[in-house]
Amino acid sequence: MADGSTMVVGAAPATSPAPRQGSSMKQLARRRSMAALVLCAPLILLIVCLKIYPTFYAVFLSMLDRRMNNFVGFDNFAFMLSRPSFQLVIFQSVLFAVTAVILKAFLGFVLAHLMHNIRGRHERVWRGLLLVPWVIPLSLSTLTWWWLFDPSYSAFNWTLGMMGFDEIPFLGTVWNARFSVIAVNVWFGAPFFMIMYLAALKSVPEQLYEAASIDGATAVQRLFFITIPMMRNIILITVLYSLIVTFADFDIVRILTNGGPQDGTHLFATYAFVVGIQSGNIPRGATVSLFMFPILAALAFFVLRDVMKRNKEMA
Amino acid sequence: MSASATAGNLPRPKSKVGSMEQQRRMALWGSYIALTIFVIIFLVPPFYMIVTSLKTSAEISAQAGNPWIVKNPTFDNYWELMTNAAFQRYFINSVWVTAVTVTLSMTIAILAAFSLSRMGFKGSQVLSTGVFLTYLVPPSLLFIPLFQILGWLGLINSTWALVLLFPTLAVPFCTWIMIGYFSSIPKELDEAALIDGASYPQILVQIFIPVAMPGIIAATIFAFTVAWGAFLYPLAYLYSADQATLTVGIVRELIKGDVFAWGMIMAACAMAAAPPIIIYTFLMDYYIAGLTAGATKG
Repeated sequence: MADGSTMVVGAAPATSPAPRQGSSMKQLARRRSMAALVLCAPLILLIVCLKIYPTFYAVFLSMLDRRMNNFVGFDNFAFMLSRPSFQLVIFQSVLFAVTAVILKAFLGFVLAHLMHNIRGRHERVWRGLLLVPWVIPLSLSTLTWWWLFDPSYSAFNWTLGMMGFDEIPFLGTVWNARFSVIAVNVWFGAPFFMIMYLAALKSVPEQLYEAASIDGATAVQRLFFITIPMMRNIILITVLYSLIVTFADFDIVRILTNGGPQDGTHLFATYAFVVGIQSGNIPRGATVSLFMFPILAALAFFVLRDVMKRNKEMA
Repeated sequence: MSASATAGNLPRPKSKVGSMEQQRRMALWGSYIALTIFVIIFLVPPFYMIVTSLKTSAEISAQAGNPWIVKNPTFDNYWELMTNAAFQRYFINSVWVTAVTVTLSMTIAILAAFSLSRMGFKGSQVLSTGVFLTYLVPPSLLFIPLFQILGWLGLINSTWALVLLFPTLAVPFCTWIMIGYFSSIPKELDEAALIDGASYPQILVQIFIPVAMPGIIAATIFAFTVAWGAFLYPLAYLYSADQATLTVGIVRELIKGDVFAWGMIMAACAMAAAPPIIIYTFLMDYYIAGLTAGATKG
């Protein structure tokens, strides 16, 4: 990992530190770790006060009644699970995250290969153009998508009409709206997969492909026996990370459908917003958010495991 | 790689070399065509954003002819927004929240990353892992308890709430990037400086920060992106128009009832999307290097 060959810094030639007397060394070490702790203090403070504490506080909030002065245990969780509208939220969140991530990963994989095929010719320009969806703040591009899907002014429908097709109510029916929401997420997220996969592709040693060609491997064989195994870890990490982010997505659904039609497109985040902030039922809102926790924790565990494994391999 | 395994199945006569070359050229052109199609599809929304922003309300509502082209391009929408006090307010709010977030996040991240990658203390390994885990906590998980906490602090409907909360989204990843860059600096460098009598602050400012500049740029862009594009927190915590940032100001305040001034909304979107696009145009390589450091190493 320590690749210092490119560092050009005018500093004294490296020599190992001369050993001093034991006690003063120890003192120095203690002072050093004290200073290290001080430098980390803002970070620790931030994480403890605004991440760890709110997590526990959310659990506490979710166990209160609506007026927030009686403890009701897990009643809120049981109540939410029994409601058909919340069951729909669970279904939609899973459908949204899984479908969108699979499509993003596939599209990103294809795009990365196309970029790899052109061998760096004008790579910056192509990459820059493909990255535009990912660079525009999501809430603003979603607004543009909304305008493209507009029931009476839709530019897509105008184009479809020109080609002799029927108009599509993009956000009008539940399944259309679900599809539209996923499409916007794929449009936004595919470039991220493209960059990660492209970087991984570039790091696969060219000799492997050469050796395979000599052995007479077909393109499909090269893909399944070289490219995918070599990229396995990055594919896994990217997919898991994207599952977390997509699962917890808020902007697209909030702006495009606000959960409608008939509450068919609500995700955990948008539903928690409606329940907790708009209707002011803080405990129920916290409950809805917390339903994400076990799923996110499981995904985070796997991400962490894979990242650690990768770090160890590289060390 | 053993050559004997599959060589027998697929004979490849030497005379076919020319056709392989041809195949390769075909693949190249195929890639160009496919990429062009993808680029066109990807750029439809931004293109339509700009097209609409150049139209008058009359042209938009007339619904006559091709919506993808502008008949009488006009910059009126942009001009009107630039002189609109409310829009100026959103812009200023976004700029100051972003500036403070970036400064704060980078300060916290650089100090912590220096300490975690070089100095170390009891439990610094646990902290590194913890930082990575907090990066995986999405904003939508904790926004309701944070609403209560901001209430106690009296920060509801104040942009200070964002200044307090955005670093929680930016710092973990910034720290993670900086740890990566700092640990790639050879230890001999700071050991030599230590022997020469340099103090830790001197080592940080005079060696680490200059050497890790690409990482600092990458992390800064990340913090900028988080603060500039955030939507959930400003929507949840800022309810009055004068405190709104650009994203929320455009989505919530410019769309009033059923009277959609789409030309102006799209012009506002284009202006709000301009700063990130400009930054990425010039600094994209640094950001991508920082982002994919894990993927390319090894």
